[in-house]
Amino acid sequence: MKIAVCVKQIPDPATPYELDSENHFVVRPDDQVLDDTDRYGVEMGLQLAEATDGEVVLVSMSPANNLQGIRQALAMGADKAIVIDDEALRGSGALVTARVLAAAIEREGADLVIAGTESTDGYVGVVPQMLAELLGMPAMTFARKAELTDGTIRIERQTSGGYDVVEAPLPALVTATSGSVEPRYPTFKGIMGAKQKPIEQPSCAELGVESVGSAGSGQEIVEVRPAPERTAGVKIQDEGDAHTEIIKLLEQAKVI
Amino acid sequence: MDFSLSAEHESFRRVVRQFAEAEIAPNSEEWDRTHEFPTATVLAMGDLGLFGLIFPEEYGGAGADFLTLCIAIEEIARVDSSLAITLEAGVGLGANPILQYGTAEQKDRWLPDLVAGRRLAGFGLTEPDAGSDAGATATRAELDGDEWVINGAKSFITNSGTEITSLVSITARTGPEEISTIIIPAATEGFVVEPGYRKMGWRASDTHGLLFEDCRVPAENLLGDRGRGFHQFLEILDGGRVALAAMSVGVAQGCLDHSLAYAKERKQFGRPIGANQAIAFKIADMQVAIDAARLLTYRAAWLKDQGREFRQAAATAKLFASEAAVDATRQATQIFGGYGFMDESPVSRFYRDAKVLEIGEGTSEIQRMVIARALGL
Ligand SMILES: Cc1cc2nc3c(=O)[nH]c(=O)nc-3n(C[C@H](O)[C@H](O)[C@H](O)COP(=O)(O)OP(=O)(O)OC[C@H]3O[C@@H](n4cnc5c(N)ncnc54)[C@H](O)[C@@H]3O)c2cc1C
Repeated sequence: MKIAVCVKQIPDPATPYELDSENHFVVRPDDQVLDDTDRYGVEMGLQLAEATDGEVVLVSMSPANNLQGIRQALAMGADKAIVIDDEALRGSGALVTARVLAAAIEREGADLVIAGTESTDGYVGVVPQMLAELLGMPAMTFARKAELTDGTIRIERQTSGGYDVVEAPLPALVTATSGSVEPRYPTFKGIMGAKQKPIEQPSCAELGVESVGSAGSGQEIVEVRPAPERTAGVKIQDEGDAHTEIIKLLEQAKVI
Repeated sequence: MDFSLSAEHESFRRVVRQFAEAEIAPNSEEWDRTHEFPTATVLAMGDLGLFGLIFPEEYGGAGADFLTLCIAIEEIARVDSSLAITLEAGVGLGANPILQYGTAEQKDRWLPDLVAGRRLAGFGLTEPDAGSDAGATATRAELDGDEWVINGAKSFITNSGTEITSLVSITARTGPEEISTIIIPAATEGFVVEPGYRKMGWRASDTHGLLFEDCRVPAENLLGDRGRGFHQFLEILDGGRVALAAMSVGVAQGCLDHSLAYAKERKQFGRPIGANQAIAFKIADMQVAIDAARLLTYRAAWLKDQGREFRQAAATAKLFASEAAVDATRQATQIFGGYGFMDESPVSRFYRDAKVLEIGEGTSEIQRMVIARALGL
């Protein structure tokens, strides 16, 4: 059982993000962290691998820098990593990302692919679905729980009102929601062990992926504007009827 | 000379900080208020491998250096002293003597559970009439056939009465001029754990007085050589002092982090209080003291890891860091004003928790005695 888990290294969200003034790309410091939402995918992969005596391979298209974020996931227990960081990839959009990941996963071979639902730095949220399509696998998205039995993956797919139970034969792709599993903390032993684990860094040419980067994506970031300042909220003075006012607002916002 | 920690030490620090902030900090106020020993969280610290860091892999440990343990203790203390002392005492005073002095059988029997953090151990040195003068032990152990019969009392013993405590090693007089260390398994008949103390701080940590009333344990529970007890506890305390220094650094760092955030956010006279030098300088002084305390602590840990003499370095680090921590909590409480006096504010808990750092594992006066003695006085 080989499980590929897609992960991303991102600049620490606790620090302010900086954009390159010319190309508008996020400036990547040497120290990056594992995207917090990816910890769920890694944990889900590890649990399924432990249950099946399987192997977890991390697949990441992100600037490698010092690989600190990838090592975080290796320290949790993943067996090896494939990191694609090619100068040609600068400015790639979601579809190119999916093509690159698909090529790496196809070359590696995987029975199950796990991804997060979206990255914390890009928030595009469509890469897993594209990846499933390119790999010819069913896309089992928003899993709050996943179980493997005899070549079948069964998930609880989070919906707005509850969950659907969805089943598919392997190979398949699953996206793990935050909260689906409780990600383990790496131990010191795990951190030391991660130093010795293999990290492959193939180029796009080696993966046979062409027309990548801004040009290959057919997109260019022409302008970036700061998000509008939040406007002040509505203040309700409680004169004994505040609850009805709040209910009205919640109804307007269609949350109840 | 290179002052940087390895990438692995830094990664580990981040993990422990993340754990402390997510699993401990949100509950600290409640545990402090209810004096609850948070067993589940201690077990989770065990799962993270914190209790096994410095132990060999054959017992399930990580084979890490003492500096790694210091980093873990520092990061836990940055949010919660009770859990930091549980870790510090569990490793430094509880499990470490078994590793240092235990026979192969004793290590096989006790270490795997202690190293995994499934069980905890304590170290009983202090007595009602033997505190700083710990060699004045009055507790007696007499051989009766193949059993030790123990009578006496111990005071203030950390980790001695939790539901996961497996043993307490105690010092006892085994002859007129002879102190030895003996392992007392939890729940041995005649081993009475008194109700927990009402404490000013470290309220979620486990501290009890112990009584021994014709308490019988097998002769093979002797830990290390007979008559070596005095020497052993001096050695154990040397390591413990470095760990307690690390704990003090964490407490001071927690004060600094809270103070800095509050000084930027709290506005009086139309501007953040941190815009006043009177407040900014307090925080600058805190930073200086933390830097110095951390360097002294890491130096002592490094000397120990190098297998070099570190007794004086340990006393120096413990003395300076614990006093820096107490100062930092006093200043942090001042920076928080009235809010700092309220039980819910973390700095008020830090203020109460810090004082004992100047008392436990050798008071400040005792550290000065150790240093003065090393200087030939
Ligand atoms: C919360 C807590 C947890 C503890 N956990 C443990 C534990 O797990 N195991 C354990 O064995 N002990 C433990 N202790 C005990 C601790 O180590 C002792 O309290 C400490 O060593 C001081 O001893 P004492 O309280 O008897 O004070 P004393 O020795 O009576 O000291 C009273 C004062 O006199 C000063 N003094 C004493 N002798 C001299 C001297 N010669 N010159 C100058 N000044 C002197 C001291 O510095 C102090 O200021 C713990 C204590 C506390 C409060």
